[in-house]
This record gives sequence, C-alpha cells and structure tokens, in this order.
Amino acid sequence: MSLTDQRPSNVPLLDVRELKKYFAVRGGFFGRIRAQVRALDGVSFTLDRGKTLGLVGESGCGKSTLGRALLHLHPPTSGEVRLNGTRIAANGKQLLPEERRNMQIIFQDPFASLSPRRTVAQIIREPLDIHRIGSPGQRRERVEELLRIVGMRTNTLNRYPHEFSGGQRQRIGIARALALDPKFIVADEPVSALDVSVQSQVLNLIAKLQREQGIAFLFISHDLAVIQHVSDEVGVMYLGRIVEQAPAANIYSNPRHPYTQALLSAIPVPDPRRKSSRIILRGDVPSPLNPPAGCAFHTRCPIAVDACRQSRPELKVVNGGTMHRVACHLAE
Amino acid sequence: MNAGSNPLLRVRDLTVEFRTEQGAARAVDGISFDLHAGETLALVGESGCGKTVTGLSLLGLVPSPPGRVAGGHIEFMGKDLVGLSDAQMRAIRGHDISMIFQEPMTALNPVFRVGSQMGDVLRLHQGLSRRQARTAAIEMLAKVGIPEPQQRIDSYPHELSGGMRQRVMIAMALSCGPQLLVADEPTTALDVTTQAQVLEQIAKLQKEFGMAMILITHDLGVVAEICQRALVMYCGRIVEDSPVTELFATPRHPYTAGLLASIPRLRSERVAELPVIPGMVPDLFHLPAGCSFADRCVKVQAECRTTPPPLRQLRDTQSKVACYEPN
Repeated sequence: MSLTDQRPSNVPLLDVRELKKYFAVRGGFFGRIRAQVRALDGVSFTLDRGKTLGLVGESGCGKSTLGRALLHLHPPTSGEVRLNGTRIAANGKQLLPEERRNMQIIFQDPFASLSPRRTVAQIIREPLDIHRIGSPGQRRERVEELLRIVGMRTNTLNRYPHEFSGGQRQRIGIARALALDPKFIVADEPVSALDVSVQSQVLNLIAKLQREQGIAFLFISHDLAVIQHVSDEVGVMYLGRIVEQAPAANIYSNPRHPYTQALLSAIPVPDPRRKSSRIILRGDVPSPLNPPAGCAFHTRCPIAVDACRQSRPELKVVNGGTMHRVACHLAE
Repeated sequence: MNAGSNPLLRVRDLTVEFRTEQGAARAVDGISFDLHAGETLALVGESGCGKTVTGLSLLGLVPSPPGRVAGGHIEFMGKDLVGLSDAQMRAIRGHDISMIFQEPMTALNPVFRVGSQMGDVLRLHQGLSRRQARTAAIEMLAKVGIPEPQQRIDSYPHELSGGMRQRVMIAMALSCGPQLLVADEPTTALDVTTQAQVLEQIAKLQKEFGMAMILITHDLGVVAEICQRALVMYCGRIVEDSPVTELFATPRHPYTAGLLASIPRLRSERVAELPVIPGMVPDLFHLPAGCSFADRCVKVQAECRTTPPPLRQLRDTQSKVACYEPN
C-alpha cells in the first residue's frame, strides 16, 4: 500500500520512545497553570507487525492516555512515536493523512462512539470518503465486505446504531476501524461495556482479525484475564509508567513486580474450590498530580525498603532470554 | 441449608412489569426463592435479566410509574411486603433491609457531608440525638476500614475515592444492623485491587452482624469467592437455583454452562478461541413463546419452543433448574 512496506523487517512496526503527556491544571483569575498531571511519564516500547501488546492497569494509570497519545488524539508533551521507522507527526500536532490511515482506534463505549444520526453504511464508509478511496460502487462493496468480516448481515446497512445491541455496535466500530486496512489498531477497553456472553464473541473476532489480517494491536484493558486471551506481550502500568513488561506466558506464570503480583492475586477466580491467598494492597492509588518520590508504588508496596522511597527504579531486563523487564529495586 | 427453619425471606411468583410506549415488559416474570438468615445468595445474569429489578422490589423501590409489582408475594420475617404503604415500607427500609448500589457517587448526596447523611439514617430509625448519631457514625466508619474516621466524617463525597465512597455506603447501610443487605454490583465500578479490599470487608462485616445478603452481580468470579447459593436469571426468570459449589462443578442449565465456559479466565496457556453462546439475549417485548433461551440453546427440543419449562428440583441434587434437558 505504501513505500514504508519495503522497510527491512528488523525495524519494529511501532517504536515508542520516552513518551510523556502532562495535562495542565489551570486555575485562578488569569487561568495560570497551577499544576501538572503526569498522565504519561516516560513510556517506551516496541511492537512488531501482527503482534498484540496488552496494556493493563487500574483507572488513572495512563493506559488510555497512552493509546490516545500514540495516535496524537492527545498530542504528546514530549517523546516520539515511529511507525515503520519513520517518526510520525514530526512537524506538527497532527498525524498526516497517510499516517492516520495506518493507525486506527476502537473505543470502549459502543453507545458513545457511533453517531446516532448516521446509518451503519455511512459510519463505516466515512473513512473511505475522507481518504477518497475507490469509486462510490467500490466503497459500497468494501462496506459490505467489512460487515461480513465482523460477522454482521449486510441487510443492516441502512439501519441506525440505536437499533443494535452493545455487541453489534462494537462490531460496527471494529468494521469502521478496519476500513482503511490499518497496520495498527488501538483497542481501548473494547469489551468492558459488554455482557460476558457477548464479550467472548468480540474477543474471538479481534483474535481472528489479528491472525488473518496481520494487524498489530495495542489492547488496553483493566481485566487481566481478557488481556491474557489476546496478547503476545503484556505491559503493566502504574501512575503513568510501565512497571513490568514481558511475554504473556511469563508475566502470568512468573510476575516479578509486587504490583503485578497483587493485581493478579486480586482477581476473583470463578472456582469456589480454589481459596486464593490474596495480597490485599493498602490504600488507594496516589494522585498523579503529586506522585510519590522514588518508586511511585512504594506507598502501597508490601515489601518496600528505604531505597524505594529515594530513587525511582528504571525498567530493566531481569531475564535476557525472554526480555522480561521490571521496574523494581527488589526484583533482581 | 437450615431447610427446617423458617426462611428470613420467602419470595413467591413475584412479577414486576414496566409499562412503556411499546407495551408492557415483564422485567421479572413469576420468580420464587427462599433466603435463610445469615445466608449469602447471588443473583447472577446479564444486563436486562431482571436481577436489579428483583433487588429493588424487595425494598419497594421499583420506580412507579412506569414500573409496578404486578403479582406475587415478598414475605420478609413472616410479613408480606407487597402492598405495604410508603410509610410502612420506609420503616423497614434502611432498618431491617438495606441496599447498596453500584455507583456510590450517584447514591450519595453531593451537597451534604458524609456524617450528616449517615446521621439521618440513625436519627430516623434509632431516634438518636445528633451527638449520639455522630459518635455511632464514626464507629461505623472505623468498622468498614476508613482511616481517620473522625476527620473523614466531615468530608463531602467528592473528596473521597471510589473505594472510600463505597465503604461509606456500606457503613450507612449497616448502621442500623439490618437482617438483610441487598448489594447491587457493589464492586463493579471499582478497580480490582480496591474490589478485593471491599469484598473482604463486606464478608467480614456480614459474619460479624450475622445478616443475610443478596449479592447482585454479573461477575461469576465474585460469586465463587463469597456466595453460598446462586440464582441464575435470564429474561426475567430464574433458570437455575444451586449451591455455588454445585453450580460451578456441574452447571445444570445450558445457559449457566455457556456462561461459565465463555468467561475469559486466567489459564495456564492461551487458547485459540473462547467458547461462546451464539446469538444474543432476546428483546423483552418479543420474547419467544417457550423457553426464552431456546434460540441460543444447543440442546433445544420441540417442547422448549412451546411451553416455558418450570423451575423444578432436580432429583438427588440440591439444584433447581428450569430446563427440559438439564445437564
């Protein structure tokens, strides 16, 4: 589709370096900046073609901000994003049309992310219209093909979003994201608003798309079980930073960061015979307006020592074979 | 459990209807169940299955109009709650039966301090003075694990985190020592680590107060962790009523089995495809004539399409199931 496809394959599809996003809190008579919320405080990772990075963390950890900053829906404060080795949005606040074509997003709330005044056909066709792809006839064919890909009947074309259930709306959102054949999709809590029996249908669809179309995903969720089902690699975020990142199998079988361990043990297990020994964390997540010094997790960490209060641990490789990375002074 | 003693709550043929422009919808369609003192019962199901409306009807809180209890009985400690006046219901609500809601921010009044909202309940039901109510409220806040309750009692709801607000709701609901607590998705709006804290607190307090609890949830993990028995609801009806250990070991109704299979859970390795329940929940205005689950069921028979199966005790088990072909 584009020249960038001919790049050598050792260049990762997505290369994110020290991405930061601070939101200014304004107040007072002149609306001066009174404080900075460090929603994203230096995140780096790479993602290969056709792979899924699952991003997990609690509310306010910056996982959605990361998804939006990658697409420049929230222009990052600093840091850079490279797609196929080329820096995107290099000379401005917005993505170029060519870049936007390759990077799409699926939103959490299928009730808020589709215009109630447009038909299914109009919604899915809009990206094709904007990028002027194909003739009207070709666009109509492409819309029908997309509907089939996401498992919907083509007789729904002229209906409106309110006529559909949450699961079907999410399928429409997915069809829209697929319209331009993107290389990379941010899926921001795509199944959190859905009921369990529908959730698994949509998860299977996303896994199928990844397999068959070779799309790379950043899959954001607060649910570790959902993340496990779709991810090749998992990153755990806490207060704007990735605190642990490893291949999915490693992070679930051998979590190294105390926060990941607590998060995994806190999940209620649907098996009454298994009495889980649970790590109950004290207190709440601190405010990103005023994050604690040293390791941001030390206020809740069951094993924190003096060093954790003083210096911030960097994300370091603890197992070279699997590239298991942890930001913790005590995980050596 | 306690099969011999009288149940604390006995619900029989409860039907709740909502009148809308499209006609009447039966959100709850003739359900019956018992609840014994001290028991923890789960009401499980997906959105629109009637679990919340069932909970609301126990407290006389079904919004009316458009809703109304169209039939059946709710016997609580030997007294039928259906047909009680508003004043009679008010004396029970918050005193004998309490409820906590999913979203603590909308359930608390944003313009009053925590202490004043908690005090109202104590003064109304227990006739305490302002000072006594304040002391009692501080004591309750400490019980639900709120640090520095003497300071927190003068906070406004927006000054508290989600987990803290839910703890305040729990403190308020338990302050009069109710016999029954109806908890509607109490931890759904919370993060997992906070959910673990709050669930542990609820379980501890329930034991301490010896009250019965109805936990309304869609999360089968939470059910397995803290409930003894579960009612599975689908389209306004109870399709299965089983002890939790049996429900998870041998789900009797095909819907329960499908739900259990389809939850993404932590596994030792990644599976290619999650099992799914095909199709989707039918619309309450156009329910099929027979079993509401028939169109999605793998074991569907001719009979299922014509007559809804009644909830029956399954021989040699402690389970009741509404299915002609139970597992």
